[in-house]
Amino acid sequence: MSVPELTVELNNRNLEPVQRRLPNLNRAPFEIRALKSGFLTAITWIVALLASVPLLSVIYMLIMQGGARLDWEALTALPPSAFEQGGGFGNAIIGTLVMVGLATVISVPIGILAAIYLAILDPDSKLAHSVRFLAKALTGFPSILAGVFVYAVLVVTMKTYSALAGGVALAVLMLPTVVLAAEQAMMMVPKKMKDAAFGMGCTRAQVILKVVLPTGAPGILTGIMLAIAGAAGNSAPLLFTALFSGYYLTSLTEPTASLAILIFNFSGMPYDNQLELAWAASLVLVLVVLVFNILARIIGRQKY
Amino acid sequence: MNATPEMSAAGVASANAPTGNIVMDCQIDKVFYGDFLAVRASTVPIEKNKITGFIGPSGCGKSTVLRSLNRMNDLIPIFRFEGKVTYHGQDIYDKKVDPVVVRRYIGMVFQQPNPFAMSIYDNVAFGLRLNGFKGDMDERVEKALKGAACWNEVKDKLKNSGLSLSGGQQQRLCIARAIATEPDVLLMDEPCSALDPIATRRVEELMLELKEKYTIALVTHNMQQATRVADTTAFFGVDISQGSRTGYLVEMGPTQQIFENPREKLTGEYVRGEFS
Repeated sequence: MSVPELTVELNNRNLEPVQRRLPNLNRAPFEIRALKSGFLTAITWIVALLASVPLLSVIYMLIMQGGARLDWEALTALPPSAFEQGGGFGNAIIGTLVMVGLATVISVPIGILAAIYLAILDPDSKLAHSVRFLAKALTGFPSILAGVFVYAVLVVTMKTYSALAGGVALAVLMLPTVVLAAEQAMMMVPKKMKDAAFGMGCTRAQVILKVVLPTGAPGILTGIMLAIAGAAGNSAPLLFTALFSGYYLTSLTEPTASLAILIFNFSGMPYDNQLELAWAASLVLVLVVLVFNILARIIGRQKY
Repeated sequence: MNATPEMSAAGVASANAPTGNIVMDCQIDKVFYGDFLAVRASTVPIEKNKITGFIGPSGCGKSTVLRSLNRMNDLIPIFRFEGKVTYHGQDIYDKKVDPVVVRRYIGMVFQQPNPFAMSIYDNVAFGLRLNGFKGDMDERVEKALKGAACWNEVKDKLKNSGLSLSGGQQQRLCIARAIATEPDVLLMDEPCSALDPIATRRVEELMLELKEKYTIALVTHNMQQATRVADTTAFFGVDISQGSRTGYLVEMGPTQQIFENPREKLTGEYVRGEFS
């Protein structure tokens, strides 16, 4: 502050410009500020690397241990019995896909319709607030409880473990994710776009179908894909609902194999063949989840 | 606030009998948002093939009045309208009237350019598809884009996103979208406020072309814009005497008269820029 003041005084007295030293604009890498900044940058780098270590090592281990048995037989054959050699987990792949498909067919329409209510129709109503609260609470819901719940509701009444019960249990887990992701995606559609649609003479249903859903679609689909990926890898809800089966699925009302339960069963067995298959099945499960994640990213890309 | 509103309203009714063909006659008694009286006794006739400009300080209710003309305010749950707005003699606030249908005849261009997240072509075709248009879509889209003076800029990229255009182009795209269905009246709510001077000039030139076919009501913050494009100008004021801010029509007349020879002292003060 003092220098400019001085400059002004001199100027007034002498009526001639005062020379001021130009500031140094060069980098000073060993200044305290620069050192601190460099140090913090380095820490975040290291921590980011550390965070990726568990993930990469899991994938490395799965490829090393499971890759060897991952062949056509493993993908198509039925699980071996205790001392049998060879075999595979084709029925578990089909079972997982069928149950995840069922869960998707159940949870997506319900989730999207609920999200339309939450995001557009009546976002501030008491019902909306409680549904939103419940959905958030359910995202942290222990997945085994979904299994117990569906056991009580479906398995006991139908008197059989089934793919249907497994699908419903997975749907219970997927629902909150789908609701919240779809709500978020629809809320992100700018109000001015909805106004434009109303201004064109759209009814409320037309605003939702022609503007809000298409505009929010990438976000909604991303949410659905993530929910599917989560459900595909979940074993707890299937323990009491789908149980397991050594055979290919022939009806939705019989016990059904799944990758997650096969891994759970085989990894506890004292036979090398079963252990190897558990590794291979784990690798397949990770690949399935990966495929859904990549799909989510591709679909989630904004078109316009 | 020298003029009493009763005097103004009476003055308008007698001294400003419009000469042309009235497309819409807006006779507001009271407009409320909840308990808040936003606009009171104002009569605003909109003449065919003319641009009617709404000017006035912030909070004077000019946008509220404009949005009452196609029932856009109905989207605000606490909005309540007392009075009537006749469109070719029919009261659009009549219980039998469907606001959705009203908006198909009385189009709107908003303050912020708001194209849909779809291609330029689909943006313009949106209203036509909505109305079940069966004819030559390409031709109508081209016609609307030409009418909105943006055909040359977008004709080679009709499949690109409407959101990829510049702000001025987006606004002209929105105008194209609004005129594609050939509405009768076009309501424009400060359509240039988000645009730079060059884009503003283009939209103003466009408005002058559009009034040959359409009837336009224009809210503007910019008094120069009103003098450049409006045939008739309505000046709204804010009355703070009752403790809250209530808008009302101070006076309305040919634009030149409003700016050069206003009847009300308040109008003169406003157009000379003595308050805003």
